[in-house]
Amino acid sequence: MRTLYTWLCILTTVCAAATGDVLVALAMRRIGDLADFRDRGFHAVIVRGLSSGVLFGGIFFMAIAFFSNLVGLSWADLSVVGPASAALTFVANALAAKFFLKENVDRRRWFATVFVCCGVLLLTRS
Amino acid sequence: MTLRKYLVILSIVFFGSVGDAFLARGMKHADAIDIQHVTKVFAAVANPFVVLGIVFLLAFMSSYMIALSFADLTYVMPATAISYVVMVLLSIFWLHEHVSPQRWAGVGFIVIGVGVVAGGPSRTEHPPAHVSSSSAREERP
Repeated sequence: MRTLYTWLCILTTVCAAATGDVLVALAMRRIGDLADFRDRGFHAVIVRGLSSGVLFGGIFFMAIAFFSNLVGLSWADLSVVGPASAALTFVANALAAKFFLKENVDRRRWFATVFVCCGVLLLTRS
Repeated sequence: MTLRKYLVILSIVFFGSVGDAFLARGMKHADAIDIQHVTKVFAAVANPFVVLGIVFLLAFMSSYMIALSFADLTYVMPATAISYVVMVLLSIFWLHEHVSPQRWAGVGFIVIGVGVVAGGPSRTEHPPAHVSSSSAREERP
């Protein structure tokens, strides 16, 4: 029964994390490059961030993913819950980024995603 | 990609993996949370390791948001996957979990995946609406 609960937690984490990631990525794309925030003014960047509803929506879903992950960690090892959630989140994010964010997910990115997923699955199955 | 941007990616790896390890350590000391008493998860926040984990994960979140402001989600996700390698190392040396050769093979796959994506463009440039173009152009590193 505990295994079922663990996988339910992992599934909740994946769905919430993918939704959160897409919303945060969308919000940050609208805000602009923060690595060079000095050029634009720190205050302006903070105000822009705080006024973004999409950003808060993304953070809300990420918080759900965080608490779901926390519950999962109390049932299983970090080396199981962490990589299993991550592998599925990678695939969900690649699909969501392609269809919702219109990112150019080329062969190189799919290759990297598949390799990382395989690696993460090997971590969980051993 | 400038040096500052690579440092942002590295800070995601550092704060993410150390934060997860702190959380795992804290949750191991807490009682297992039953599905009927799932609200007990909030009580776990009183544990100092969980608090430290949350602080590190807030720093992770800030770095992650900065990275998403200059790179695609499908670039940032695989590029920061090296944190799982760090997580495995922390599992061995700090949490004393067993790591089999199969897990080391998994680490190898992740390293290859990260190497592949890190060598590519970081951002999809969407053409302005008035420019007719069938495909997105990409920034070259």
